[in-house]
Amino acid sequence: MSAAYPFGFLDEYAKKEVRRTALKAVAIPGYQVPYSSREMPMGRGFGTGGLQLTLALLGKGETLKVIDQGSDDSVNAVNLRSFIEMTCDDINTTTSTEEADVIQSRHRIPEKALREDQLIVLQVPYPDPLVVVEASEDKRKMLHGEADYSRLLVKLYEDIVKFDEITISHRYPTRINDHYVIDPSPIPRWDVPKLHQSKALILLGAGREKKIYAVPPYTKAEPLAFEDVPFRVEDFTDEHGVRRACQRCGCTSSFLDEFVDSKTGNKIYQCSDTDWCDEQGSSNVAGGRTPGAMDEQGGSNVAGGTTPGMEEVEQRREQLPRTPGEMNEQTVLSVGINKVEVVNGQGA
Amino acid sequence: MGYVAIKGGAQAIEGTKTVFDYLRTRQSDEGVPLDTDTIENQLRLLHSRVISEGGVYHPRLASLAIKQSQGDTLEAAFALRAYRSTQPRLVETPVLSTGNMRITRRISSAFKDIPGGQMLGATTDYHLRLMRMELLDESPERFRAIAQEMFDTASVDNIPDSFPKVLESLRAEGLLPPLDPKAHNRDPFDITREPLIFPVSRSAALATMARAEQGSLLAIAYSNMRGYGDVHPTVAELRVGYLPVFLPHPITGELTEIGEVEMTECEVVAMYDEQGSSSVARGRTPGETEGDEGNTKPTFTLGYGACFGHNEVKAISMAILDRALQKGMKDGPSNPSEDPEFVLLHVDGIDSMGFCTHYKMPHYVTFQSDMDRLRSTQQKQTSKESIA
Repeated sequence: MSAAYPFGFLDEYAKKEVRRTALKAVAIPGYQVPYSSREMPMGRGFGTGGLQLTLALLGKGETLKVIDQGSDDSVNAVNLRSFIEMTCDDINTTTSTEEADVIQSRHRIPEKALREDQLIVLQVPYPDPLVVVEASEDKRKMLHGEADYSRLLVKLYEDIVKFDEITISHRYPTRINDHYVIDPSPIPRWDVPKLHQSKALILLGAGREKKIYAVPPYTKAEPLAFEDVPFRVEDFTDEHGVRRACQRCGCTSSFLDEFVDSKTGNKIYQCSDTDWCDEQGSSNVAGGRTPGAMDEQGGSNVAGGTTPGMEEVEQRREQLPRTPGEMNEQTVLSVGINKVEVVNGQGA
Repeated sequence: MGYVAIKGGAQAIEGTKTVFDYLRTRQSDEGVPLDTDTIENQLRLLHSRVISEGGVYHPRLASLAIKQSQGDTLEAAFALRAYRSTQPRLVETPVLSTGNMRITRRISSAFKDIPGGQMLGATTDYHLRLMRMELLDESPERFRAIAQEMFDTASVDNIPDSFPKVLESLRAEGLLPPLDPKAHNRDPFDITREPLIFPVSRSAALATMARAEQGSLLAIAYSNMRGYGDVHPTVAELRVGYLPVFLPHPITGELTEIGEVEMTECEVVAMYDEQGSSSVARGRTPGETEGDEGNTKPTFTLGYGACFGHNEVKAISMAILDRALQKGMKDGPSNPSEDPEFVLLHVDGIDSMGFCTHYKMPHYVTFQSDMDRLRSTQQKQTSKESIA
């Protein structure tokens, strides 16, 4: 393999083009910069845009983490990581968010707050949030140029009229630096607040659609909403209003995957971010290690200590206050068209 | 309990490789590995399709791609296309004239008698599609004899290498708009080095269709033929053959033939443009459509298709769509086949199959998020009903 293919698979001209495109994307926050986008040896839709960014930006001696659905061990993450290892000699890979220089991710931003010296690459299937209201790319380009997002806001309004609720679950349209609205990739709404004033550079790559865009560090990122209908993240409270905990590590401040235990038939909740879950479980002082992102935004954190068994989790949940909405709306960013304010969930 | 849902990825992927390769080799004792020459010759048209959609003229690797993908055209073209990403673009050829093609087949459905004559060559067009049972158990001796006997009876001396283009005579009669003298100076659009930003030039559209997936092109072109459009084409000329490729000599700079590529080319003539309508160029499209520039006499309009390999259905579909797109670029699209965004962004096999396949990947997080929205909406509905 290494004899037949250059470092990072792509030829040097291709990598140079990707880097220049990324620089332009940083210079114009949220603007979708077109680039030629080469075919990669894995399917369009499997993260070829993110992969091209990673391959163009990763240097020898640097450490890479690849996740898919929050997990380092999901099939696609494994596949991408082993391809990158195969074509880039002298790089290190890790599953630890802490240790990574570059993180390539599909559908999640790690729970652990990222640092200034880190870079996250998100894989993007649909780069343009306006695609739901306008099919023609030519026309969408004009709407973006004029920052005309009225049709998106009307869509949100229609949702409220029809369903009493904004129905956009993931890929939540988010305005960057007061101008361009981006599709933040299919991250859950849970991860959208992490874009706001992020310390790490966030690069988004859409290979099939041939676009790269960025949320530079310390940049404003506001999900579209109305003053009286605030943006809400996913709700993980149970029927009693108690925040569900990860059955593996006991964390009550992370995004949870829900699945059915094949033996008992019971519903089980676990952290979607596997590295976060491992860290909570192994740390005896986890209670003190609040996840930065949630903490800053007024979220509560009651991550427990040692890995609890099921009984322990149950006990702890019993002890939790049963105030409805206690941790329901952890983070509420209320965004009017011109007005931005961050309010606590309980106050809203 | 571990991460039951998604753990063990690496091992599982290794397993799929093993079992995929097992299926290729399971014929056991009688099994003979396919050699790449056999694929190139005996699966000639499959090979053509892959080399055309792969977008890189490398016959040997195209055969290998077919072999390793076990005959899946999309996968094979994909492997070839990915290989292309590792290769820099070093030089550009000058514009090559298909008038110099070493022809293996050329026909025209516009005229019975064309200069040089109709040369049917190898085609299944007039075959009865009956099962040829004798091929079920073909002996190697008989197989080789067919090739040898071919030249015993065929007269090869009086066939010229090349033929004049049918369009030249139409143009001489003034039935077609004159060639745009500026066309030669315009740089072609390289879709492998630049993204499509709409509106795109005709050159970009043609390049995109030249490596498009045959079935996708055919489906959209067919929609135009059936009634979602009105091209009503006549095949002025369809030619298949080998096109000599020239590059400047690295030392002398003189144009030197470096080899030849097999190509299919199709030119369709469509009903004429109304007088005057041609001057109403709409949109911001670069003026590359024929009959655009101050041509007041009505003329026939042209559609052009060309691709690597022997792919007649593809070349004809492409020519029809080129005509439809030129009309759409000029007057605004009135159906999908005339809409450049609709056609050009949906005909690439590598893009479309990749995205289709990706739906098999886990979508746990987004689905969790979907459930959250649905439950919340349901809850609101229930509480509304209980009040009412």
